Amino acid sequence: MKRSNKPIFWSLFGAGGMLSALCGPALIFITGIALPLGWVPRAYERAHAIALHPLGKLALVAVIGLFLFHGCHRMYHCVHDFGIHVGPGMKAAFHGFAALGTAVALVLVLAVS
Amino acid sequence: MNTYKRSMAGWWQRNPFYRWYMLRELSCVFVTAYALVLLLGLYRLVQGPEAFAAWQAALAMPGSLVFHLVALVLVGYHSWTWFKIMPKTLPRISLPDWAVVTGGIGAVIAVSAALLWTALG
Amino acid sequence: MRSIAIECLRYHPETDRAPRLQSYDVPFTDDMSVLQGLQYIKDQLDGSLTFRWSCRMAICGSCGLMLNGKPSLGCEHFLRDYYPGPLRVEPLNHFPIVRDLAIDQSDFLRKLESVKPWLIGEPPAKGTHLQTPRQLDEYYQYSQCINCLLCYAACAQYGLNDKFTGPAALALLHRYNADSRDHGKQERMQVVNAEDGVWGCTLVGYCSEVCPKGVDPARAVNQNKIESTKDYFLRFLAPRKGA
Repeated sequence: MKRSNKPIFWSLFGAGGMLSALCGPALIFITGIALPLGWVPRAYERAHAIALHPLGKLALVAVIGLFLFHGCHRMYHCVHDFGIHVGPGMKAAFHGFAALGTAVALVLVLAVS
Repeated sequence: MNTYKRSMAGWWQRNPFYRWYMLRELSCVFVTAYALVLLLGLYRLVQGPEAFAAWQAALAMPGSLVFHLVALVLVGYHSWTWFKIMPKTLPRISLPDWAVVTGGIGAVIAVSAALLWTALG
Repeated sequence: MRSIAIECLRYHPETDRAPRLQSYDVPFTDDMSVLQGLQYIKDQLDGSLTFRWSCRMAICGSCGLMLNGKPSLGCEHFLRDYYPGPLRVEPLNHFPIVRDLAIDQSDFLRKLESVKPWLIGEPPAKGTHLQTPRQLDEYYQYSQCINCLLCYAACAQYGLNDKFTGPAALALLHRYNADSRDHGKQERMQVVNAEDGVWGCTLVGYCSEVCPKGVDPARAVNQNKIESTKDYFLRFLAPRKGA
């Protein structure tokens, strides 16, 4: 029987799942509800400061990247669960999208000045 | 042997257990969507304060607020189910299942409180 | 005496193109199991109804059925709990139907054989294996499997893809890996690591919910995801024979 390379994707899925389970609800509330309603004092300055700091950059790439890998991996499985056949093409598309998003996040955090 | 194979069409609608499973799984759509919203926000941040302010204004639109409220509920459900299920994925450790679940949910509350305190304080 | 309508799935391949439901009116007392209801039908109403059963006490694993859509053992569920009914009785989901309520289990039997469900390795040179209660504890719950297949009927992933090894087979694989007397873990890793091994599972968790013996196959399968991941990444550090 051929060895599956699921462990790679499952590890990313797991890391993303853990991060989104711990931080997801709070982050969604902060950036999606508190921020637009003006409840976050000095939002731009503080967001900018986070994006300038090396740990902040790491956190941004980790959150965006791992959330994407978790979400895309599970979405790939959801398509299968709905009875739609998923082949290697779909697998590459979903995980490739997550990888692309992570790469864009990396480029952006390095571009912050 | 003339065996009969039954169809799997609509399988998840036949049982509440399966429905809740599908809801749990579909939370991933909102995890992905939110990550993309953050990515956009990061892009606006790179573009400067005016772009960021414009993004902040767009977030205040009713559609965005509704999306984030739904995302909050479903990702919250993801958090809950993640830690409820975690004991099944761990190797045999000296902690009983309920301790793992309680610890996990406790961590969610603690991390959330820390993030909220930092952002809103 | 009260009566309940039991609707049974009927399928006789020599005459039927597709299954249909047939209703029977079954008088019952409070101590009658669903299995006894079926036996009443066969003995008194319709001798052509086909179903498997044996011990009547939830240890042989023969009488697995779908009761109102839920995988259940007929001998440990009672007609009084389904009153006023109707009670819908169908063969276990996700398996081909041979006749009426009897399914074709041969796929499971192949899966079971593939996990090598026996102790692998040399017996002790002198005397018998010694095992402490703590060592027994490591695998005991997984040894309680009666191969009733309720977990396969519950498993959506097996329903969607019957190449998936499935809950009971993987739980039994784990039962032997976790047994201190066994030395076959490496041999079984091929099954674990495959796409249709542990990776076919998405932790729906319904298998553990329906298991009548508390085996918790969901746990057995998902613990081995970590093992498989370790095996995947560490194989480059410590090459093993035949890895």
